[in-house]
Amino acid sequence: MFIVKYRKIFFTLSIVTIVLSFYAMTVKGFNAGIDFKGGSIIEVAYDTRPSVETLTTALNTAGFEGSRIQMAGDNDVMVKTRALSETDRQALTKALAVSGTQMEEKRFSSIGPTVGAELRTKAWYAIALVILGIVLFIAYAFRHVSEPISSWKYGMITSATLLHDIIVPAGVFVWMGKEVDTLFVVALLSIMGISVHDTIVVFDRIRENLKLKISNDFMVTVGKSLEQTFTRSINTSLTVMLVLGTLYFFGPASTKDFSLILWIGVGIGTYSSVFVASPLLVVFEKWQNKA
Amino acid sequence: MWKTRIGAILLLIIGAGIGYFIYASEPKLHDGKTVALQATAEKFPFKLGLDLSGGVQLVYKADVTSVKPGEVKNAMDALRDVIERRINAFGVSEAIVQIEEKGGITGPVDERLLVELPGVTDVKKAVDMIGQTPKLEFMTERSKTELDAYNKAVEKLQADQAAGKELVIPAEILAGPYEPTELNGRFLERAVLEFDSTTREPIVSIVFNAQGADLFAKLTKDNVGKTIAIYLDRELGNPEPISAPVVREAIVGGKAQISGKFTAAEAKTLVGRLNSGALPVDKLELLSTQTISAPLGAQALMAGVWAGVWGLLIVAAFLILWYRLPGVVAVVALSIYVVLMLALFKFMGVTLTAAGIAGFILSMGMAVDANILIFERTKEELRKGHAVHDAIREGFARAWTSIRDSNISSIITAIILFWFGTSLIKGFALTFGLGVVISMFTAISISRTLLFALPFNGHGAVVRTLFGSGFFKLK
Repeated sequence: MFIVKYRKIFFTLSIVTIVLSFYAMTVKGFNAGIDFKGGSIIEVAYDTRPSVETLTTALNTAGFEGSRIQMAGDNDVMVKTRALSETDRQALTKALAVSGTQMEEKRFSSIGPTVGAELRTKAWYAIALVILGIVLFIAYAFRHVSEPISSWKYGMITSATLLHDIIVPAGVFVWMGKEVDTLFVVALLSIMGISVHDTIVVFDRIRENLKLKISNDFMVTVGKSLEQTFTRSINTSLTVMLVLGTLYFFGPASTKDFSLILWIGVGIGTYSSVFVASPLLVVFEKWQNKA
Repeated sequence: MWKTRIGAILLLIIGAGIGYFIYASEPKLHDGKTVALQATAEKFPFKLGLDLSGGVQLVYKADVTSVKPGEVKNAMDALRDVIERRINAFGVSEAIVQIEEKGGITGPVDERLLVELPGVTDVKKAVDMIGQTPKLEFMTERSKTELDAYNKAVEKLQADQAAGKELVIPAEILAGPYEPTELNGRFLERAVLEFDSTTREPIVSIVFNAQGADLFAKLTKDNVGKTIAIYLDRELGNPEPISAPVVREAIVGGKAQISGKFTAAEAKTLVGRLNSGALPVDKLELLSTQTISAPLGAQALMAGVWAGVWGLLIVAAFLILWYRLPGVVAVVALSIYVVLMLALFKFMGVTLTAAGIAGFILSMGMAVDANILIFERTKEELRKGHAVHDAIREGFARAWTSIRDSNISSIITAIILFWFGTSLIKGFALTFGLGVVISMFTAISISRTLLFALPFNGHGAVVRTLFGSGFFKLK
């Protein structure tokens, strides 16, 4: 199949996107949300929204220098600032209640820096654990497959594609300047869960075709398996991307970014299990034969 | 054949039944009109997280440095109990007060207290109420005349209430049957749970400090045969004493025992409450606050529901257009999946958050994966020239290993997510993980039964078209 034959093109494409993603991460840096770095966010609704200048002056005089003010919706204002105590919060709402306007507090969150740091560590642990868990499981599930390459290699390749599948959407997100918060990490973890689905389905077909000995050439077996699972890979991703699309367009504001990154991730994940993971098996087999 | 058909009809009836149950349980779905079984169904409402219902979430860190390591759990339990009592007195329904132990793997252990108050948006009042030092008071019976006046007032109030008159609560009742003394929690050294050496019944021992011992001696001497009521947080709206023992004799030396028909658990609660008056935990530090206004929550909820409805419709349209007859079957299985999940959310009391709804919507997309795998496999077998039933049988058998292995890896992910989770994320992990398990059942068992129950078999052109796929191709 053409995918296996022209695998070098797809590998190059993936390597380039990964390099670009890392570039985005180092140049732009992660824009951590308050749940990761600590801080607070308040959203208020006005009947007539005061100007940014008025609000900035009001906040500065009340001692909230360096707050970020953001307009949202028609009459809403979001303010991001340091972590606040209850007394601070009251001072903040008082400052925002600019005279001559009606103001209503819609939402307030304040997260202490310790909680943020703890969540950051935990996020790394969770990503590492998911990858480890999946590698071990695949090595176990494919334990009867040892020819031509061992089940460990299936596991290793899966983990490599999983990394690929989270690095690229993360890079895109950072490039877009989106905020990285708890839901972002959850999205990355879910992408891994969905992407591994795709990879397993293709690998399972290879496992079956190896048993049936459809060809003596591993490359042909892989190509044939890809061909057989191709429609399914596309259709499943399509349904998942369709529901994510409705979540993005109709769903709550708080899960918009979440569905966007999942949407990108599911696309990339399907691409990588078809165009990267399986051709990599062929590469491993070729290396093994040379050695 | 007929067995399969009866099975299929039963499945459809059960699915429709669960669907009706969900419909009856949500008054909004039938415009508030009463429908059959509504009363029973409404006992199982959806449990909404704070981001959908609106409310306040507060996370406190409890400073337990001066508590002995073995006592930490008891101290935290007592603290939770005290705060729960205050919140109940505040009149918040379905409040959550939870102890969370954070850290361990990722750092030193932190004792946290998570307080969720649905519907409350007055953060100031909540914070003030929770942050206060627990106040333990020892009170004695009022004089005979005052007590008579109190009892008379209570009788009158009860009579008024029975007669349906407007209630005016007189000053006597507000003051209560007990009067304040100088003795309070500050003089209490500790309370411990003990067991009577002969009867083995649980008793609560209390020990006062030197100053408290003198006050207590005087109090007991003056009140032999009378009741001493012990109140906790009376001014925060807890009108009932936590204990009201009768004094048998004057007690000198500052050691007393409260005995009675306690169960061990009751005695333990009392010990905790008495000790909380002596402040088990040094300080509560507010780590994080989150408030969401009720309209904002309701808006998010509606958006989530609509996203779900649209998601379901679009997936259904795709499945039917592409997979034709098996697609219709998959849509039926998917619908049963949806009502089953909604029913489980109700029965298990799963807290639904925006993230949880997202997880559920995502799981709808993934639930059809098993069906797609099976149909693609069936199609291959049909091309090889098998008759429809044989092709379906093969399709199911051969797709099974893929479905099993890929779903196990999803479950691994869901478990790790659950562990990672703050309460909002746990909702996502739970709906996602539950979805994987349930969809395996609906996509396999239900679609299988339905497909075999259909009166199509053989090799005819009609059958081939019905079981074919694609938007334009005939086969």
